[in-house]
Amino acid sequence: MRIIFGFLSGLVFGIGLLLSGMANPAKVLNFLDVFGAWDPSLAFVMGGASVTAFVGYRMSWRRHSPALMAEFDVPSATHIDAPLLTGAALFGIGWGIGGFCPGPAWTALPMAAPGTLVFVPAMLIGIFAGRRMK
Amino acid sequence: MLPVTPTEFTPWSALGGGVLIGLSAVMVMALFGRIAGIVGITAGAATASDRDWRIAFIAGLVAAPLLWWLASGGFPAQTVSARLPEMAVAGLLVGAGTALGSGCTSGHGVCGLARLSGRSLVAVVVFMAFAALTVFVLRHVIGGAA
Repeated sequence: MRIIFGFLSGLVFGIGLLLSGMANPAKVLNFLDVFGAWDPSLAFVMGGASVTAFVGYRMSWRRHSPALMAEFDVPSATHIDAPLLTGAALFGIGWGIGGFCPGPAWTALPMAAPGTLVFVPAMLIGIFAGRRMK
Repeated sequence: MLPVTPTEFTPWSALGGGVLIGLSAVMVMALFGRIAGIVGITAGAATASDRDWRIAFIAGLVAAPLLWWLASGGFPAQTVSARLPEMAVAGLLVGAGTALGSGCTSGHGVCGLARLSGRSLVAVVVFMAFAALTVFVLRHVIGGAA
């Protein structure tokens, strides 16, 4: 069950990324290019996603535990520290260069653009390195 | 970063796609009790005790364009930079930055904002600012695009 529903959750996420344009780096870079070829579409992605999650989370938390696991495991950290700020800044620079964040990079993989095939392994190396830096 | 590929303003498909992404985040919370942060799921797929659903989730992410292709007979429009050294640097920075900062656009953006996390809000403002600044420098300072 966990594997089936894990797969379905990923599939819905991926279809959402494709439909929204998040998996198209040209669209992401134009969203970020406020003083140039600005395409504000992606603000609607973030809005639609976070409002849906805001409502759905509150409905989910009415239950004592999630359907397929023993308990909820939600981040509890509240401090603003150097790893958070440094990490967010490094991520922003990388996102601005390539137009891919992690989810869209995974979803773009089977479309096999050469840039994607280079980006994804580099991202995995970066994740490994970043976790060791923490 | 040249040439710049023009894109159309598509608010409705962006909104619809966003609702699906939010729905997936709700599924992950209701079923597994976790944040649908892609970097966290990816890192956990290698090491966490609950690897099974994480690996399946990534398989679902990767399968999405194949389902799209079966339904419509083609892949959605996509333009990825052909400059491979640039994409390698971008991948390293995205991976390292999101691992160090404990979240990406989904973890801090969608899920963090939905939880009203102040830490996530700060992360979102910082990465959006640095991303926009990077595009500005590459396109308008170094690149000289209109």
